[in-house]
Amino acid sequence: MSEPALPGGVERREIDGERRLATRGEPVYGEPTADGWRAWDPERSKLGGMLELGLETGLSGGETVLYLGAASGTTVSHVADFAGPTYAVEFAPRPARDLLNAAASRDRLFPLLKDARKPERYAHVVEADVDAIVQDVATRGQAEVAVRNARFLADDGRLLLAIKARSEDVTAEPDAVFEGALDRLREAYEVLETRRLDRYHEDHLGVVATPK
Amino acid sequence: MSDTDAGPDGSAASDGGDGWFEVLPTDGPDDETESDEDAALDAAATRVRDGTAASPADWPARAVEAGAAADGAAYYDRLKAATTRATREAVRERERADDAQLIHAVRAMDDAERVANELAERAVEWAGTLFDEVDSGVEGARAIAARDPESDVERRAVSLAARAAALDDERAALAETIARIAPAVAPNLAEMAGPELAARLIALAGGLEPLAKKPSGTVQVLGAEDALFAHLSGRAPSPKHGIIYTHEFVRGTRPEDRGSAARALAGKLALAARADHYAGERRAQLHDDLRERMATIRARADADEPDVAGADDE
Repeated sequence: MSEPALPGGVERREIDGERRLATRGEPVYGEPTADGWRAWDPERSKLGGMLELGLETGLSGGETVLYLGAASGTTVSHVADFAGPTYAVEFAPRPARDLLNAAASRDRLFPLLKDARKPERYAHVVEADVDAIVQDVATRGQAEVAVRNARFLADDGRLLLAIKARSEDVTAEPDAVFEGALDRLREAYEVLETRRLDRYHEDHLGVVATPK
Repeated sequence: MSDTDAGPDGSAASDGGDGWFEVLPTDGPDDETESDEDAALDAAATRVRDGTAASPADWPARAVEAGAAADGAAYYDRLKAATTRATREAVRERERADDAQLIHAVRAMDDAERVANELAERAVEWAGTLFDEVDSGVEGARAIAARDPESDVERRAVSLAARAAALDDERAALAETIARIAPAVAPNLAEMAGPELAARLIALAGGLEPLAKKPSGTVQVLGAEDALFAHLSGRAPSPKHGIIYTHEFVRGTRPEDRGSAARALAGKLALAARADHYAGERRAQLHDDLRERMATIRARADADEPDVAGADDE
């Protein structure tokens, strides 16, 4: 596999005798660290998986990011380590409590207990023209969520989306689910690249897209 | 959300609502005391939670322009403080009304009721040997508790009755609490089943999430485990209903249709629990569907005996 371009602030470091993706920051979920670098586990993070598989994410470091489906903050904490202002939207209170802890040591990570399906509830907080939207929400209508949030993205921004087939329809073939989601997505976005994330996340599709 | 539907006029496009920082004071920070600063943070946190806008804008630039922050860095510092406080408060509020609290409340209510009844029976039995005209149950205990004891033994019996009455008061207070928090924990389930039955179903399943994952056939017989295992070992017919028997839709339906009513109710309760756990929003359609289905089931009784039912039509 050719070495993919990693965003600034993300490096492959020797941690516990293995070369692993890593960012610099306070540890959040008991991940191994070395010299202030914390390992970014691609099996626990869709975006980590996308980077590991070499998708062209367009991230270079320092950008403004809207993260939808931040959950406990596992992935978004790594994003905030290398990006600029990072808005983390999570709907469920229990993981949001862990997210608050992850955000405590990161002064440009803004936690928001909001429903990603209702962008008007946070459009008064999240700024316009963000450079990237990272989305990992496990609800039905994942493409719909991405379309509704397109209003936040700069014209040359990137949507980095992980679609979970089983959230849409547990009985349907993943490929059919992905096709349906991509069709909906194309109403607002131009899809640049897709890749199955199965090596790290079963029945997930990684998507890179940009506003139409 | 009337303010988000700004309408088709052109002004909405250029100005899709106000930013969260509009509530911040715009004068310089020099003359602000610490409590001013805290009040401003409070107002900003509330705005982060409750505010809306149709579309985002370049809030950092706008805030600096409006004088709410000196520069971009100061803006992000204030945003960090406001979003952290807003999210912490919202999480705390939502968690306080969680299913674990509801389970504790309903179990405590059952314990209070059982012990109140036991103590009342004991007090009534005892007082019956000391006073004339003693009524049974908790109400009897309340009457005894109001008496003036004239001897040491009477004092003990009256005091015991007072404990039973106080425990019964505690049960009533717990029921009120359940009625208040059940709709916050599970809005659809509480509306469909009533707060007490909703709390019992959640308690029997061990939480809202486990309940949301149960098939409707399991929901139908929750609380009838003895009958279910008797059936599974071949000793009895399958139970038609568990705790949901206490619901008017089951109990108020004639016996030959109760199986259908219990099945229909359990199906909708299972969906209500899933909506509450996974979405957390009221689903009007669920409640309409159940009412329609119940009307159909109950119409069978009218169809079977039109003459009798005609006299006492609902």
